[in-house]
Amino acid sequence: MSRLDWQIGTVTAITPDTPRVKTFTLSLSRWTAHRAGQHYDLRLSAADGYQTERSYSIASPPEQTGEVALTVELIADGEVSGYLHEGVAVGDQLELRGPIGGYFVWPAGALAAPLLLVAGGSGVVPLMAMLRHRQRAKLPNPAVLLFSIRTPEEVIYQQELEAMAAADPAFTLLLTYTRQAPAGWTGHHRRVDAAMLAEAVALLPGAPQCYVCGPTGLVESVATLLQAQGLPDDAIRTERFGPTGN
Amino acid sequence: MPFINKGFHAKRPTEGPNKLPPGQYETQDFPVLTAGPTPRINLANWEFRLEGLVEKPVKWSWNEFNALPQQDFNPDIHCVTKWSKFDTKWRGVSLDTLLEHVQLQPEAEFALAFSYGGYTTNLPLADLRNGQAFIGLQYEGKPLTPEHGGPARLVVPHLYFWKSAKWVQGLRLMGVNKPGFWEEAGYSMRGDPWQEQRYGSDDDAADTSSLRL
Repeated sequence: MSRLDWQIGTVTAITPDTPRVKTFTLSLSRWTAHRAGQHYDLRLSAADGYQTERSYSIASPPEQTGEVALTVELIADGEVSGYLHEGVAVGDQLELRGPIGGYFVWPAGALAAPLLLVAGGSGVVPLMAMLRHRQRAKLPNPAVLLFSIRTPEEVIYQQELEAMAAADPAFTLLLTYTRQAPAGWTGHHRRVDAAMLAEAVALLPGAPQCYVCGPTGLVESVATLLQAQGLPDDAIRTERFGPTGN
Repeated sequence: MPFINKGFHAKRPTEGPNKLPPGQYETQDFPVLTAGPTPRINLANWEFRLEGLVEKPVKWSWNEFNALPQQDFNPDIHCVTKWSKFDTKWRGVSLDTLLEHVQLQPEAEFALAFSYGGYTTNLPLADLRNGQAFIGLQYEGKPLTPEHGGPARLVVPHLYFWKSAKWVQGLRLMGVNKPGFWEEAGYSMRGDPWQEQRYGSDDDAADTSSLRL
């Protein structure tokens, strides 16, 4: 059996992250340590033989052995996300294979470069695996997460991110609300732009390795702006996320 | 007993002949997927090359390339990230037309497509001939945009779309099947959606008897 054979996982926990986002924790009998940033393929099978698949990023760190946490955004009319959100309960079984992906991964290590993470919406999921891994492995490299969300209710992992930032002076959380900010908010309240990225880069002591994940518009714009800041192309890794084609 | 997800059924039942390879779903829009920043290529410096196991390498400037015979093609395309898009509208140059300009050496059996920005992907030469592959220059009647691989991308619609290298700069003919960017990272050497060859470990399971891998 290779690691990419399909296997059946059992849902051990379902955690609501936001009104439209839930995290499904699955225990796996054939668990393989993943690299932060990788994903699993999940396959649903109907009684009539119809099957469909989707990829979901792993939110959990490799230190969380024997199980994976997949964070799933409910997509309007989504065939798979709709079933997962409405039709799956703790104890149910799901078919999946992974871990998959060899480029949008963080080669963590004691000498790893500073980390600049830029997320739009549910694009934060693979970046959260990197931050959780960094925390659990006690890696010392400075890190910034610049997280763009539309409204206060869409901040996935908010409490955990804020606790992480409070406990670790080498990690900075920068939120920007593009539509509606919380009452009394004095931080950023616009789309990610050159000035915001310059601020994030300046928080880090050296040239960062950048991971950008979110909708296409954000990813295209941020990658181009990071290039304009003089960062080399191979220091900018991108992944598209969320509903296709927005 | 096959595994069944209780209560799961297709949301959009397919009508007529099934155009959807296993595990895929249909999308109406045209998602963008790349591993890094989108290269912006100056047409004055653009060139396309055929090199490697050919008697004499050949290269075209942008104007020379656009003067080659072009044709419309309307394929269904399938991305390994699970989306498929039906009846897409392209215009470009057939690989058959390009290959008429070189004399292949007899060992040439594979090609490595290489791109501006450093991307590479490998394909059997047999998948590039007989009307199966194009260099796409227009999409839906307009010049191909940079995020979709413009000014020119390889289009090999019968294979997963990562084989259709964006920002393509040329093809290197080879005697051995050398893995490209995603293939090095564990993706399939062939990428046939109908055999669901997504990852390298799928290649062993699928029928590759027609290929010399």
